[in-house]
Amino acid sequence: MTELERQQDRAPVPGGWEYASAPESRELVTLRERYGLFVGGEWLEPKETYSTIDPSSEEPLAEIGQATEQEVGLAVDAARDAFENGWSALPGSERAKYLFRVARLLQERSREFAVLESLNGGKPIRESRDVDLPLAAAHFFYYAGWADKLEYAFPNRKPKPLGVAGQIIPWNFPLLMLAWKIAPALAAGNTVVLKPAETTPLSALLFCDVLRQAELPAGVVNIVTGDGRAGAALVKADVDKVAFTGSTEVGKAIQRELAGTGKKLTLELGGKAANVIFDDAALDQAVEGIVNGIYFNQGHVCCAGSRLLVQESIYEPVIAKLKRRLATLRVGDPLDKNTDVGAINSRQQLEKIQELVASGEAEGAEIYQPPCRLPEKGYWFVPTVFTNVAQSYRIAHEEIFGPVLSVLTFRTPDEAVEKANNTPYGLSAGVWTEKGSRILSMAQRLRAGVIWANTYNRFDPASPFGGYKESGFGREGGRHGLEPYLKFE
Amino acid sequence: MAQAPALPTGFELPLEPRLPRIGSVDQVALEERAATLAKRSIKREAKVFALELAVRMTDLTTLEGADTPGKVAALASKAIRPDPSDPNVPSVAAVCVYPNLVPPAVERVRGSGVKVASVATAFPSGQSPLETKLEEVRWVVEHGADEVDMVIDRGAFLAGRYAKVYDEIVRVKEASGEAHLKVILETGELGTYDNVRRASLLAMAAGADFIKTSTGKLPSAATLPVALVMLEAIRDVYEETGRAVGFKPAGGIRNAKQAVQHLVLVHETLGEDWLTPDRYRFGASSLLNDILMQLRKEKTGRYQSPDYFTID
Repeated sequence: MTELERQQDRAPVPGGWEYASAPESRELVTLRERYGLFVGGEWLEPKETYSTIDPSSEEPLAEIGQATEQEVGLAVDAARDAFENGWSALPGSERAKYLFRVARLLQERSREFAVLESLNGGKPIRESRDVDLPLAAAHFFYYAGWADKLEYAFPNRKPKPLGVAGQIIPWNFPLLMLAWKIAPALAAGNTVVLKPAETTPLSALLFCDVLRQAELPAGVVNIVTGDGRAGAALVKADVDKVAFTGSTEVGKAIQRELAGTGKKLTLELGGKAANVIFDDAALDQAVEGIVNGIYFNQGHVCCAGSRLLVQESIYEPVIAKLKRRLATLRVGDPLDKNTDVGAINSRQQLEKIQELVASGEAEGAEIYQPPCRLPEKGYWFVPTVFTNVAQSYRIAHEEIFGPVLSVLTFRTPDEAVEKANNTPYGLSAGVWTEKGSRILSMAQRLRAGVIWANTYNRFDPASPFGGYKESGFGREGGRHGLEPYLKFE
Repeated sequence: MAQAPALPTGFELPLEPRLPRIGSVDQVALEERAATLAKRSIKREAKVFALELAVRMTDLTTLEGADTPGKVAALASKAIRPDPSDPNVPSVAAVCVYPNLVPPAVERVRGSGVKVASVATAFPSGQSPLETKLEEVRWVVEHGADEVDMVIDRGAFLAGRYAKVYDEIVRVKEASGEAHLKVILETGELGTYDNVRRASLLAMAAGADFIKTSTGKLPSAATLPVALVMLEAIRDVYEETGRAVGFKPAGGIRNAKQAVQHLVLVHETLGEDWLTPDRYRFGASSLLNDILMQLRKEKTGRYQSPDYFTID
């Protein structure tokens, strides 16, 4: 029995006022037994299929198409055809109308989408309802606004669309990442072939229904599903641009594949963000921010604050507060409105987390997990904190992508900067202090694409997002997010 | 006059590397956390548990210029038996009245277990000489009040004269004797959450048994973020000194849903140990009937007309 299993076995969960379960209705979503590929506005019957599941119960939800190279080619042809015969010639104000329509439809159908997102991805309904859906709609609204103003976004540069964009998105925020990809691409006048993640295709497939309701011309958006093979086929296909969000490993492979082809590329990859807490921070709120930084969406967040850097003078109270707060996190049924931490997205991801946590224990870090009752079926991991972590441990520099926090200490701002920047990644960072001047100086010195001050994991469509070094290149969101989808004369 | 230290007892700068004692509060993050907790969905048996607890925690209050012995007697009867048609509904914790109404209240609740709380110290403004305030406190205690709800001198607090505020609380605590002391901060007049935290720590250091948000005389009273700041201050004091101070939100809590939200806040901030009338009270008047109505709905599955609940 490993230390971890002993911890998970350890029962008594604090009793007393037990909240009765408060599940959101699953009936809000009607699933088909089988989904095809959405190509040229029609459902294409796939040659091969696989089964997508609910990670909280391991129950199959639907049969999904595994797109072949030839089927991906059909989707790219459909997108090319739509680009050349209509979409690229459409005035920006007309493209905007479609995007506004999509945004409104997402708002109208947000409960349905939220339930589906939690069902297929394992994330708590509170998050899909309050974060994923509002932000996805906001992205479409935001880029709808730019569609007829591209000349103003890039004055004197004559922006033109690229053509067909091949987009590959991850499983952590399926619909939100779809919005991040599709909204700017369409606003800029491109057409799209998008491949959702293998484990979370359902919200993208339901989104096809939104596209039909919005009467988007056929072929402007095509959805192909499947595992990495479908993604690889899309990268190789006749697309003008590839946008990828996912692991650094796959990102590197894509970059190698595209070298010398002239296709444009943006990559949004991994991270190992430092959350830096100074001794003058508002402690209770900082602890809340740490929790939100790493346990939000089970830690399946590329910009998660997975390394906590605490000033040594407040180490003890911060750890005490953090442990107490961890004990109040409610882990369980993703559809329960009171759940704070849901299910791990897949068995593969769970095994990766378990492997890294075991390495942390083996290397000598001290593990803490609150008493926690986990459901018997499904993929679960108890929110975990590691203390006594050295920079050299794997858990301090490898991305875990799970609800696991590594705590390190620092003595001075210089040391904090040095430790925070000592990583191959550079996607995000957090600074907690009541001193405004320190926020500004830290923001200048931390090498990360996004720096949050006295908050964490806060997103807005108007704010560009993207990384340094192995976290990728190119920006999504804001005016910057249009540029990768445009060429300039 | 008792000499107040520069920083209140128990809150001097530590020699060991520890928590910065007074610290600060981040408004945005605080309000976000309070809003998240307010979204907890409390249903069925969990709701009944909360509603019955809320009844037992209520300080049924009347603080009007028009209060009479008759009005207070009626209120006291309601406090003892909130729902005459359902003997399972427990009594409330206390009735809370003006000093002059303490004798009739004491008379009426005798033997019932319901306590009498009296506001004092020139409620609600606190703008009177200290001796007058102490005299008032001694008077209500002599006449049988079990609990004293004092107001702090916000004028002194906002002028930065923390020692004066501290000193007054110490003196009132002495004058209260055996009676429990609740210290009203009147957070609506303090302006910032930093001030709310500071005043909370000051009151606890000076000997408050409970800290209470408001007089109920201002439009801005027991909001969830204010409650959260105060609960976190109570938690810090408990963690560092082992002393458990109670909390009383008062003012603006008019329906059962708000009461349940407040209970979620204390449950997830301080834990089960604070889910008792010894450590938690609601200061309210119209709240009680809404809770009774919700309780009956949970038991019968139907809402009943307000006419089936007594107005006292």
